[in-house]
Amino acid sequence: MSNAVLEMRTHKSWRFPLWASVMAFTGLCLALYPLMPAWLVDVPAAVVFPIAQWTGDAIEWFAREAGIGAFKVQDLTRLAAKFIDAPISFLNALLSEGYSTGAGFNKQQLLPPLSWFGVTGTAVLVAWRLSGPRLTLMIIFGGMYLVSFGLWPQTMTTLASVALCVVIAAAAGLGLGVASYRSARTETVARAVMNVMQTVPIFSYLIPTLLLFGYGPSAALFATVVYALPPMVHATVLALRSVPEETREFGAIAGCTRRQILWKIELPVALPNLAIGLNQVVMMSLNMVIIASMIGAGGLGYDVLRALRRLDIGAGLQAGLAIVVLAVILDRLTQDAAHVQSTGKRNPFSRADVPAMLAILGGATALSFVFPQLANWPEEWTLTTAPFWNDAVSYINKNFFDQLEALRTFMLLFVMNPLRDFMLAVPWAVVLASVGLLGFVFGRARLALTLVALLLFIVLSGYWDKAMGSVYLIALSVMLALAAGVPLGVWIAARPRLRKTAGLALDTLQTLPTLVYLLPAVMLFRNGDFSALIAVTLYALAPMVRYTIHGFSNVPADRLEAADMCGCTAFQRFVHVKLPAAAPTLILGVNQTIMMALSMLVIAALVGTRELGQEVFIALSQGNTGDGIVAGLCVAALALAADGLLKAWSTQAVRGVTNGRGARGNS
Amino acid sequence: MKKLLISLIASTALLSATPAKAFTPESTDPIKIMISDWTSILLHTEMLNIVLSTLGYDVETVIVDDSARYPGFEAGDVHIAMEVWETTQGANFAKSVATGKTLDMGELGPQAKEDWWYPAYMEAKCPGLPDWEALKNCADVFSTPDTAPKGRYLSGPVAWGGNDEERVAALGLPFEVVNAGTDAAMFAELKSAYEREAPIMLWVYEPHWAPSVFEGSYVAFPPSTEACYEDASWGPNPDATFDCGKKEGWIKKMAWAGSEEKWPCAYEVVRNFQMDGTEVGNLVYKVDVDGMSVEDVAMEWAKENEATWREWAACAK
Repeated sequence: MSNAVLEMRTHKSWRFPLWASVMAFTGLCLALYPLMPAWLVDVPAAVVFPIAQWTGDAIEWFAREAGIGAFKVQDLTRLAAKFIDAPISFLNALLSEGYSTGAGFNKQQLLPPLSWFGVTGTAVLVAWRLSGPRLTLMIIFGGMYLVSFGLWPQTMTTLASVALCVVIAAAAGLGLGVASYRSARTETVARAVMNVMQTVPIFSYLIPTLLLFGYGPSAALFATVVYALPPMVHATVLALRSVPEETREFGAIAGCTRRQILWKIELPVALPNLAIGLNQVVMMSLNMVIIASMIGAGGLGYDVLRALRRLDIGAGLQAGLAIVVLAVILDRLTQDAAHVQSTGKRNPFSRADVPAMLAILGGATALSFVFPQLANWPEEWTLTTAPFWNDAVSYINKNFFDQLEALRTFMLLFVMNPLRDFMLAVPWAVVLASVGLLGFVFGRARLALTLVALLLFIVLSGYWDKAMGSVYLIALSVMLALAAGVPLGVWIAARPRLRKTAGLALDTLQTLPTLVYLLPAVMLFRNGDFSALIAVTLYALAPMVRYTIHGFSNVPADRLEAADMCGCTAFQRFVHVKLPAAAPTLILGVNQTIMMALSMLVIAALVGTRELGQEVFIALSQGNTGDGIVAGLCVAALALAADGLLKAWSTQAVRGVTNGRGARGNS
Repeated sequence: MKKLLISLIASTALLSATPAKAFTPESTDPIKIMISDWTSILLHTEMLNIVLSTLGYDVETVIVDDSARYPGFEAGDVHIAMEVWETTQGANFAKSVATGKTLDMGELGPQAKEDWWYPAYMEAKCPGLPDWEALKNCADVFSTPDTAPKGRYLSGPVAWGGNDEERVAALGLPFEVVNAGTDAAMFAELKSAYEREAPIMLWVYEPHWAPSVFEGSYVAFPPSTEACYEDASWGPNPDATFDCGKKEGWIKKMAWAGSEEKWPCAYEVVRNFQMDGTEVGNLVYKVDVDGMSVEDVAMEWAKENEATWREWAACAK
């Protein structure tokens, strides 16, 4: 056995006692549980403040009364909403509905929308120039799918709203990112606000949004932008930081002003990394499509909702897949555009391209006056596979329900219910003390204080029991996602040829609206925590697999060689070399998995859970602004606590790995 | 592209300059009608939308939550709602009308009904149904491993209320109340059980498509009366309230009182708007089961019943 391996082992055994001491402390506390005074076990009513009531009143006041003199905040936001509505309805008319006047019996369509043939043709040309045959084929097939399944107009409505969201979120994110990059103080504030923004479930700020912006596409747009903005800011800061100092200095020597350096040097150099942010904005906007359709954005999300309301699982799946198609095409297009820019190839478009695109668009649209099929695909030509999917679910239901029911019963009676009862029984004071101690082990006093403050917020707002309900559901889902995701990721990492297919599958899992598989889950596993567990686990699986693949395919080659020279068996190689090298990435993966799982809580509430997500959902349907926001902030508090703890742990793991390498170098 | 834009602008200008209509609405301000998340209100709103739009009114639809509607109506943010169900909103609606800011616009026609419901094949497995007393002896038939020995009753989303826990306690039913997350999730479970002829007891309401697709009956509880909720001595359990079934009742239209003078004719149309219960059931079926769009179904109704709604709109001649 080599020194390096020994070094890693001893390193591990050095860290273990601290962990163990926290565990032992928790165990001791639990053993002494009967001796504890009642107020340390259950949160006493006296310390619960009516935070929800205060928040609700404050927001009502802000949305209805606040303002200077006769000029109210609400007037301003409503004006902004009108201003935003104009481009949305223009894009919508252009792409999806055409232009018509009158209403009711007097409705007349004057202009058709841009023809599907023209739009697809233009996209094909762009893809051909930017990327090549692979993406071109993808767009042809994607377009054919959307058209022949009768999903084209809805897809274009969705595209219209997503396009505007992306433009606004990208511009605002870029601005905020540049500001954060320039001033450390701005960055601290922006980062804190965005961490909360990203973890508060969107349902909880839906009501204030509606109060301020009124119902309709602009409220949906606002909610989506809030959700999709953070990755753009993070990516901008990161991209600007990665610009080599020499490049920047060169600009300064040449006498550039600060603005010139930013626009002419820093941003162009940072473009490839900025594209990653843009890509995230696109993906997250499309994630929001369902929720946006609940507050009046229409489009594919509304189709999914309607289909599922009448239990037409197949039709829901088809509309859901259209969202995936849109997401994948937009994703690959933006990635390839960024790639072309960053490799500095000459402009891939020829001079004839723009007229050609206009000709395709205009020609097909003009022809649609003569051939209406080019504007609206005739209903009798529409394909559907919905009956197949519905029959498939029915078949499984009729033939395998008993086995599935046995699985559900086993999980509920022997795993889920005991864990939930345990979580609810643990005294709150013990949880706070243990988490605080863990924070101290990983990040000293600062982290410990932050964690305790976050949990204390939950205690004081009176959502402790509900929060523990969420923790139990999240903990189980994350464990399942780990158990399935890590082996899968390791397996794919060893097979580079599979990676593209795996990427497509993971994209599908992440952009296919959860509702599409939530309802079949309910049919097979009834309403309740088990269906919720399945939905949350499926959604949280993707980041775990992604990070595992990333971690295991980036193990430094020299270390693997060293292991081979030492004569390690495959198992030793895996445990002592690959695993430690991938550990920091894996911990980040766990972190992302937890974040994804938490963001699914509210959706899981749709199948009847009893935890924070359900509180948010109830508050939304009863219009209780305060309850919704505070329950949402409790979800955010859980997320931030988990994030803080895991980030600190991952930092320590990185340090551990580099220490290990340093020691090996010396020996 | 540019040409398209120009022609678009030109045609807008042309059309807005030709107001040759028989009837001119009293005001061109938009009338805001409430829509919410169940099918029949979507249909009725779209029908009214077609009628009023054809008469020349500017109509906007606004998504509002069922029980969160009152502040909006009292402030005049929303003007008309085609449905208020006595079963869930009776008390709130009465309170709102009492403020004088909202108006009771009369009954729509269909009657709302909701209660515990079971598929027809359960009658063989639990003899004595639909009488509620039978449930005391066959809870085990309705049980699942995680509720055993109690039966499993699938109630609506928590937000709907419904007082089922109180009902179970007051009537001494050996059942555990499990809440579905949403309407769709609730009926998904019914569909699953129905396909397998498996036991299920759940909350069904109508007008809804489910009772026309799945065969079954409501449990016959002691009738719902005011006294049942206020007077413990009423009903089979002398010591508890809620010892009765769920409420049945009217579906009414409501409106903001503040704009009656602004659009007297539109308000007249809303007051006259009447539907037949069976017809509503059929229309809802077309949307929810056949998968037609709300707009198409409403337009089809408007074309077939033009004489009827022209009569409602007699003031617009």
